[in-house]
Amino acid sequence: MLKIENLQASIDDKSILKGLNLEVKAGEVHAIMGPNGAGKSTLANIIAGKDDYEITEGTIELNGEDISELAPEERAHNGVFLSFQYPVEIPGVSVTNFIKTAINETRKAKGLEDMPAKDMLKMIREKSELLEIDRKFLSRSLNEGFSGGEKKRNEIFQMAMLEPKLAILDETDSGLDIDALRIVANGVNKLKSKDNAVIVITHYQRLLDYIVPDFVHVLHNGKIVKSGDASLAIELEAKGYDWIKQELV
Amino acid sequence: MELTDKLLSSYVAFENRVDTNSDIHEIRSKAFQNFENLGFPTKKLEAWKYTSLNSVLKQDYSLFPNKENAIQLADVQKYFIHDIDTYKLVFIDGKYSSFLSESTHDTFDVCLMSAALTKPKYKAVIENYFNKIAKKDNLTSLNTAFANEGAYIYIPRNVEVEKPIQILNFTTGSEAATMLQPRNLIVVEQNAHVQIIERHQSLTSNPVLTNAVTEVFAAKDATVDIYKIQNDNTNASLVDNSYIEQKSNSIVSVHTFSFGGNITRNNLNFYQKGEHIDSILKGITILEGKQHVDHHTLVHHIEPNCESHQDYKGIYNERSTGVFNGKVVVDKEAQKTNAYQKSNNVLLSDKATINAKPQLEIFADDVKCSHGCTIGQLDDDALFYMQQRGIPEKEGKALLMFAFANTVLESVKIPEVKQRIAKIIANKLNVKIGFDL
Repeated sequence: MLKIENLQASIDDKSILKGLNLEVKAGEVHAIMGPNGAGKSTLANIIAGKDDYEITEGTIELNGEDISELAPEERAHNGVFLSFQYPVEIPGVSVTNFIKTAINETRKAKGLEDMPAKDMLKMIREKSELLEIDRKFLSRSLNEGFSGGEKKRNEIFQMAMLEPKLAILDETDSGLDIDALRIVANGVNKLKSKDNAVIVITHYQRLLDYIVPDFVHVLHNGKIVKSGDASLAIELEAKGYDWIKQELV
Repeated sequence: MELTDKLLSSYVAFENRVDTNSDIHEIRSKAFQNFENLGFPTKKLEAWKYTSLNSVLKQDYSLFPNKENAIQLADVQKYFIHDIDTYKLVFIDGKYSSFLSESTHDTFDVCLMSAALTKPKYKAVIENYFNKIAKKDNLTSLNTAFANEGAYIYIPRNVEVEKPIQILNFTTGSEAATMLQPRNLIVVEQNAHVQIIERHQSLTSNPVLTNAVTEVFAAKDATVDIYKIQNDNTNASLVDNSYIEQKSNSIVSVHTFSFGGNITRNNLNFYQKGEHIDSILKGITILEGKQHVDHHTLVHHIEPNCESHQDYKGIYNERSTGVFNGKVVVDKEAQKTNAYQKSNNVLLSDKATINAKPQLEIFADDVKCSHGCTIGQLDDDALFYMQQRGIPEKEGKALLMFAFANTVLESVKIPEVKQRIAKIIANKLNVKIGFDL
C-alpha cells in the first residue's frame, strides 16, 4: 500500500529525514517510535502533503502511484488520513458541517453525487456511537474549546466517517486519559480491515497494548534504525532509547 | 459642468417644481446654503482622510432622470428577497414604481416620502421627525436640500409588523450617468417592531452616485432590525448616511453587508436618548479589484445603563481598500455604559489595505468599553487541516472565510436574508458551498 524509499527531506535547509525506507502492506499495523526530534511528525506531515517541507530525495508511493507531488486534498481523496497531534480549532464551522463538507468534496473528486442527507445522518449516528461521542458535541465549532481527549476522539470520528485506506495516527494517545484511550483504540480496531493499513506514531508503548502492531520501527535521526515485532515496543518501554543510540555508534 | 455648479444651478428649478409646504421649504433652503458653503468633502477633512470622492464627482450626472424606463419584474426579481412575503417600496431612477411595489396604509404606513412631505395627514409626523437628527454636514445637507422621494415608514404603538419591508432603489442606466438622493424616514413608536431590508442596485454599468439619508426613530421598547445589502456594480458609488435615535429599552440593529460597488461610504450614527438601550452595529465586507468601503460609525451614549455592540468583519483581496472608523462617545451622565467594538480583518493580497481606527471619547468613570482590531491572513495550519480531510484549497479558504464572517451572519434574524447573504458570499468566493452556516 505505502512504499517509501530513501526519503530525504528538509525544512529551511535543515535536514530532518535522511534516507528513510518504509513499506506498509494492506491489513498491517505499523508503529513508529523514537525520541523527541527524531522526525516522526515530519514523516506524518510529509506523507499527508504539508508543503513546509522540501523533499530532496526519494519517493513516496501509494498503491504504486507516486504521491509526492499531489496536493494534500488529492492525497486525502486517494485514501490518506492523518490524525493530527494538535488538531486545529476552526471557530464558526460545526463538526457536522465540516465532516459533511469533507465527505462530499471527496465524493465530488471521485465523480460521485453528494451523499444523501439520510445516509449521512445514519452514518454520523453510527460512528459517533462507536466513539461514544455525545450528539450535542457534533453541533459545536470544530475543536474549539475541546479538551485534549475530545479533540483526539473527534479525529478518530472523522477517520471513521472518511474510511481511509491509510491512516496515520500522530501521537493520538497524548492528552488521553485511560478511558478515552480505550475508546479511541477500540474505534481504530473496529475500523481495521484487510484492505486498509494503520501507522501509529507514539512515544509510549501504552497505546500499543490496545492497538497491537504487526511491526515496530524505531526512528532516530531521520532514519529507521531498528525494526521488529510488538515485543520491540515492550523492550523500548523498559530500556528507553539510549541502548539503540549506543548500538548505532 | 462641475457637479457642484450643476447642483447649485438646478436647485431653484427643483424647489419651484416640487410642491412643498413652507416649513420644508425653509429646511431645504438652509440645507442648501449649508452645502453651498461646505461643498463636497475632501481628503483634508479628518473624517474623509482615507476616502476620496474626486474620481466619482468627475462624472456628468443627470440629477433628475427624465426617461421613463419601465422594468419588468423578471429582470429584477433576483434582487428581491422573494422567497418570503414582504412589503416593498421600489424606486426606479429615483421615481416610485407602484407596479413593483407593495405599500400599505392599513394599521401602519409603508409609503412614499413625496406624499408624506405634502399631504396634511402626515404633517405632524414630518414636523416632529423630518431632519431632526440628520447631521448638518455637507452630504447630508445636500440630500436634505433635494429631499423629495424615498421610503416613509410609520409604525404606531404596539404594532408588530410581521412581514419585513424591502426598500429597493434601481438605476436603469437610461442616462449616461445618474445621481440619486433618496431620503427615508422610519418612525417606530412605543413597543412596535419592524424589520427592514435595503438595497441599491444599478442595472447597467453606467456610473451611479447615490447619496442617501435615512432617519430612524425608535421609541420606548421598540425593536428595529435593518439589513443593508450593498452588492452593486463596480461603477456604482454610494454614500449612506443613517441616523438612529433610540429611546429607553429599545433595541436597534443594523447589519451592513458590503460586497460590491465602486466607492461605498457608510456613515452610521446612533444616539441613545434613554436608559437600557441596546444598539447593535454589524458588518461583513468582502472586496476585490479596486473596490473601496469606508465604515464610519458613531455611537453616542448619552444616558446611563445602555449597551452598544459593534462587530465588523472584513476580507480584502487584490487592490481593494477598507476603512473602519468606530467612534464611541460616553457622556459624563452615561454611567454603567457597556460599549464593545470589534473590527477583524483578513488581507488576502499584499496590495490590499485596511485602515482601522477606533476612537473612544469617555467622560464617565464607571463604564466598560472595549475595542479590538485585528488584521491578519488566513490560517495556513487550518487550511492544511481541511485539505487533509479532502476539502480542496479554494473551498477550504472559502470555508475559513465563511467561518470568519459567521459571527455576524448568525445574528441575522430573517433566515431568507441569511441564506441570501451566504449565497452572495459563496458566489463572491467562487465556490459552491455544500453546507449551511
